[in-house]
Amino acid sequence: MKKSKSAYSEPSKIGKKEHHVIVVWVDNEAGVLARVVGLFSGRGYNIDSLAVAEVDKKKHLSRITIVTIGTPEVIEQIKLQLMKIIPVHKVAEFSRHDPKILFKELALFKVVANSKKQEKAKKICKKFNVIVLDKSKKSFVIQVTALRKEIDKLIDNLKPLGLVSTSRTGAVAMTRGSEIFK
Amino acid sequence: MPKLFSGAEIVFKSLEDQKVEHIFGYPGGAVLPIYDELKNHKSIKHILARHEQGAGHAAEGYARSSGKPGVLLVTSGPGATNAVTALADAYMDSVPLVCISGQVPTHLIGTDAFQECDTTGITRPCTKHNWLVKDVNDLADVMHRAFEVATTGRPGPVLVDIPKDIQFKKGTYKFIKNKLFKKLNGKVINKVNLKEIDQCIELIKKSSKPIFYTGGGVINSGPGASTLLREIVSLTGFPITSTLQGLGAYPGDDHQFLGMLGMHGTYEANNAMHDCDLMINIGARFDDRITGKIDEFSPNSKKIHIDIDPSSVGKNVKVDLAVISDVNQFLESLIKKFKEKNKNFFNSNKEKTSKWWSQIEKWRNKKSLNFINSKNTIKPQHAVQRLYELTKNQDTFITTEVGQHQMWAAQHYKFNKPNRWMTSGGLGTMGYGLPAAVGVQVAHPKKLVIDIAGEASVLMTIQEMSTAVQYRLPIKIFILNNEYMGMVRQWQELLHDKNYSESYSEALPDFVKLAEAYGCIGIRASKPSELDEKIEEMINVNKPVIFDCVVDREENCYPMIPSGKPHNQMLLGPQDEKEEVSDEGKALV
Repeated sequence: MKKSKSAYSEPSKIGKKEHHVIVVWVDNEAGVLARVVGLFSGRGYNIDSLAVAEVDKKKHLSRITIVTIGTPEVIEQIKLQLMKIIPVHKVAEFSRHDPKILFKELALFKVVANSKKQEKAKKICKKFNVIVLDKSKKSFVIQVTALRKEIDKLIDNLKPLGLVSTSRTGAVAMTRGSEIFK
Repeated sequence: MPKLFSGAEIVFKSLEDQKVEHIFGYPGGAVLPIYDELKNHKSIKHILARHEQGAGHAAEGYARSSGKPGVLLVTSGPGATNAVTALADAYMDSVPLVCISGQVPTHLIGTDAFQECDTTGITRPCTKHNWLVKDVNDLADVMHRAFEVATTGRPGPVLVDIPKDIQFKKGTYKFIKNKLFKKLNGKVINKVNLKEIDQCIELIKKSSKPIFYTGGGVINSGPGASTLLREIVSLTGFPITSTLQGLGAYPGDDHQFLGMLGMHGTYEANNAMHDCDLMINIGARFDDRITGKIDEFSPNSKKIHIDIDPSSVGKNVKVDLAVISDVNQFLESLIKKFKEKNKNFFNSNKEKTSKWWSQIEKWRNKKSLNFINSKNTIKPQHAVQRLYELTKNQDTFITTEVGQHQMWAAQHYKFNKPNRWMTSGGLGTMGYGLPAAVGVQVAHPKKLVIDIAGEASVLMTIQEMSTAVQYRLPIKIFILNNEYMGMVRQWQELLHDKNYSESYSEALPDFVKLAEAYGCIGIRASKPSELDEKIEEMINVNKPVIFDCVVDREENCYPMIPSGKPHNQMLLGPQDEKEEVSDEGKALV
């Protein structure tokens, strides 16, 4: 990613890029997601994954979780730029490798296969703590909640065994212990 | 049962409560109910532009010269898209604008109705915030929020999109002042931290090669900030330079002022920025036209940055001390604290900075703004200098278009007061100056308002002469006519082997006849000997004037920092051009 598209400066020393998770609390109003996402595309920031839903019905608050990649300067800019958006209430940001933070992604898989392959597939699934949501003679649908790389691995494993459809969410995050995001 | 008002009435009631006196606009189908209501509100005067972009720039000129928000009223679809350039311009230069746009009725939104466009979608990246009002009972609240967002924190444009049916519908109106509950720009209160002030004073005391680098934030903070800036500069005895947008905050003819810095800034300002050991940035944003090559920008200095927008700090340049504050508040605290403890700083510190000042004098003696004058053709720099000399005895407001003439105006016209200089710096919008002059003249009917223009730029919004004539606004359009897009031509000469691709205007109008066609006065000067007399004539006419100043066609704007070079490698004039610009440098615009 180019740090600056500015006409006159040359791209200076590029710092180390790291995955960061940004949590944004916003008023759940029309166009708010477009404002947040538009900021990312307009300023050339990346979005690796995105998860958004209303978390407080009374106050109409939504929580947006964005996984992004960038240098420390870019991450700081993202935070500050997000704070300028009027319906944004709060922004929290932390490294993807922060041990104090829990992450989860959810995925649904459909496997269509003969019984032999199905058995094999189910064996693999056991390691991933999956829930079977639907079953038929020729197929099954499972749900898995795990880290991104674990889900990636499961996909690799299931592909030769009749995985025909994958649907997955962006990461959501929560702090460990009694602390909450400030 | 509270009294009910139509949406259109609510719009005007809000404008009245916000003490709006002028709105700039252009009617159309989707705003007709609002235009219908105009007649019932005598305290609000509508200025009819000839194009929505013109209305937008006029509102900008109005805002920047008066310190009040500019209000703009346009119709849906093309009305809104025409206003986009002005909104983007205001966003870049932090000008408070409230744009009210009509929209197709709510039940037609999304059906590709006549003159429908996704106005809030299109303007989202070029406004601080925008609203599509879908319930008339939200309208009053949104209108007042709009003014609050536009004028607080770092100012900027906002847009309120009102569907036509909402303009007819009846709803309640209420006006509650100061109900903004949320931080703007990400901070609750801009209360200055005393620890930061102490650190700042400490750095000031330690420094032997200091410089103030000030910007548009000083102007936006109100006239009080400029007064305080003058005080701190004279208390410290430090040199000061200003960005394009900050001109006028500090007197341009003062000895401590080194002139503008940046790509076309003075030799002394840029070298002082490069060599200083303390840079105090007040309300400027380390723009790329200022910093040049970032890696070599002022390599040995401690940097203090005072800015109201937290996202401006550390965006381009890392600083040692960042203070998030309004300039006025910051300077007030700084001066108070500074005076308490450092009674005789100016005299006691004189020796410490004397070497620095003598170095600055050496740079100054290069006289980087000099040019070779001519007896046969009018040099554009000479024209601006004469214009300055002949208008400096009165309170003059200057607007500009974008290009060489803009830089010459910034270099050679000396500003002594804030809000007297209106130019499109961030977005660099050709066609800004003429409509901006219209807006300035509306705000200051008795003052002398001059648009220093280029013949290419001015043709982009020349239709607004008609507005000036209609409202008897005696703006002066002073065109430095070199028949070229001068800055484009200059870059082509220096960087593209003199391949003047499409930068010459073949069929220019006769500007004197054009003036007459619009019903204003046309004046032409083509010889240096007649320049003064013609400028006097222009000033003395109480009518709009188009002044066709025929200047040297191939004059370049110097000094100049070429692409990809640091501050201390400036081109001072044609004799410096020989050095080849690297391919890397050419790639940067």
